[in-house]
Amino acid sequence: MAGAPIAKVVSRTGSARPAPPANPLIRRILILLAVAFLTIFIVVPLVNVFVQALSKGVEGYVAVFHPPEAPEGATLTILQKRHFGEGAAQATRTWNSIGMTLSVAAVVLPLNILFGLAAAWATTKFHFRGRTLLTSLIDLPFSVSPVVAGLVFVLLLGRNGIFGDWATHLTWPDVFSLHWIGFANGPWPFAFGRSFTGVIFTPLAIVLASIFVTFPFVARSLTPLMESLGSDEEMAALSLGASGWRTFFKITLPNVKWALLYGVILCAARAFGEFGAVSVVSGHIDANDTMPLRIEKLWNEYNNQAAFTVASVLALLAVVTLVAKTLIDWKTQGNERTSEGVSDA
Amino acid sequence: MKSFRVIPGLPLTLGYTLFYLSALVLIPLAALVIKTTQMTLAQFWDVVTDPIVVASYRLTFTASALAAAVNGVFGLIVAWVLVRYEFPGRRFFDALIDFPFALPTAVAGLTYSSLYLKDGWIGGFGPRVVASVNALAGWAGIAPPLAPDALDWLTFPFTGGTTGIVLVLIFVGLPFVVRTVQPVLLEWDAEFETAARSLGASPWTVFSRVIFPEIFPAWISGFALAFARSIGEYGSVIFIAANIPGKSQIAPMQIVTRLDDFQYAQAAAIGVVLLAFSLIILLAINGVEAFARRQERAA
Repeated sequence: MAGAPIAKVVSRTGSARPAPPANPLIRRILILLAVAFLTIFIVVPLVNVFVQALSKGVEGYVAVFHPPEAPEGATLTILQKRHFGEGAAQATRTWNSIGMTLSVAAVVLPLNILFGLAAAWATTKFHFRGRTLLTSLIDLPFSVSPVVAGLVFVLLLGRNGIFGDWATHLTWPDVFSLHWIGFANGPWPFAFGRSFTGVIFTPLAIVLASIFVTFPFVARSLTPLMESLGSDEEMAALSLGASGWRTFFKITLPNVKWALLYGVILCAARAFGEFGAVSVVSGHIDANDTMPLRIEKLWNEYNNQAAFTVASVLALLAVVTLVAKTLIDWKTQGNERTSEGVSDA
Repeated sequence: MKSFRVIPGLPLTLGYTLFYLSALVLIPLAALVIKTTQMTLAQFWDVVTDPIVVASYRLTFTASALAAAVNGVFGLIVAWVLVRYEFPGRRFFDALIDFPFALPTAVAGLTYSSLYLKDGWIGGFGPRVVASVNALAGWAGIAPPLAPDALDWLTFPFTGGTTGIVLVLIFVGLPFVVRTVQPVLLEWDAEFETAARSLGASPWTVFSRVIFPEIFPAWISGFALAFARSIGEYGSVIFIAANIPGKSQIAPMQIVTRLDDFQYAQAAAIGVVLLAFSLIILLAINGVEAFARRQERAA
């Protein structure tokens, strides 16, 4: 369990008898302490994000994404022109950072889901030598500092890196620039509109660093459940003649769908929010900014309200993550309780 | 053993797992070690015992230990309150515990640094108290009892040293102790408590002699997890720390500084030491958990 930032709350079915009544004064003091601690350290900082983001009103908030344009036909001084131009440039950079965050997550998530399913299948359905070592290695990224996670890719693929010569000349296409070109040039009707050269300081490095830090989430949330479910249902399906894939899609996947969703949500939250690892490999280039990096740049430019506006989007996402996670917790606990009730009866 | 062979897919899934793991985690981590071995031992020693680097380690460990200690105390209280007492908003606060896992660290650092700035909600608290006490004294006709900077230690870390770093690390490590202790408390059989109470033990004795030994393994591993997480933390600290080498620079910042100066080998050496510490803590946690399991089996 070490290193796991995933802890599911066990359902409240443990103690058989109620605890002896607590001293009401101690009870009140402890509740007050706990609530005050959580309020100061979680609630107030969260509320502060939205208050600061709205410190220039709703117009100020919207202006970060859609800056006011110069009125049509008005004659502007050089300063005014520069002001409007600067606002538009800032908004473009902010939109780029949102696009970068989403596209990195769009690449990282499917890869990690695939890996998580494969790793959970391999480590729970089979017993082989080194299985424990393998599960520990899968958890390894949790105990590596994000900065070290970025550093290792710079050392491996950077200009002076171990595979530096190969990596700096590597040309790879932007997967999101795939577009239709028709059949004029041959049987394959798609082409990439854009390509990159090199790895470090390009979006590919951001993807690699993000994969490293989000690596264990899906496997982590699937493994305990698949371990406890065992392989009986799969064996039944296989002995009745179902193929391996059919067994997986009809038996295993439905059984673990909530745990899978749980892992995906945690993985997505981390992929959206990763700062340290991404910061190291991004090279502080504007085009490589993800949303957290954009927040830092705005903060360093003393553009606090804009920094908080971008932060509020991520904070809102975190709230959604938390709600989804809590709902899954309640749902799976409810299922456990009903199945326990059935076995009791 | 043969029954396991019925399930297909071992070569495919294990092969894919090993490939993905090696390509994205093991080989990059090996690069870190290889880069470090390119230095001579003397060079390595010079880098990692550089006074500025040592100061950054010291700050990292002090701040992480302080934050983990605060979480150790309050995490225990929070877990206890959430399991034992019914109060309005209990489910809300229970769900809220995981918020530090969901919130990007950069956002946490941003909001904390603004809160604890001199004109922030919490950061301005000290000067505001001083001002109102002095105003009250002036109204009563007495000389101001407090110097204008009497409560400035409550403000931003430029004056308070490591305070700001500790505060944000408390946030980052908050869920660990709560989430490790909570399940143990839930499964705890209150019968032992009733028995101890009926034999005349005071509530404090019951807690310290009956309950705490039971939750101790979970508590200590929660503490260690929070500590380990804080050691590597970067995203939130960069916003709140002044980033002055030797004074308010934590170890990960030292790595980034070296990287920005293209001193790759030095960065790798500091990274190796940081990684070694995290792995030692990880092993210690596994040791504690294994020990607890043995105790349980023996009992």
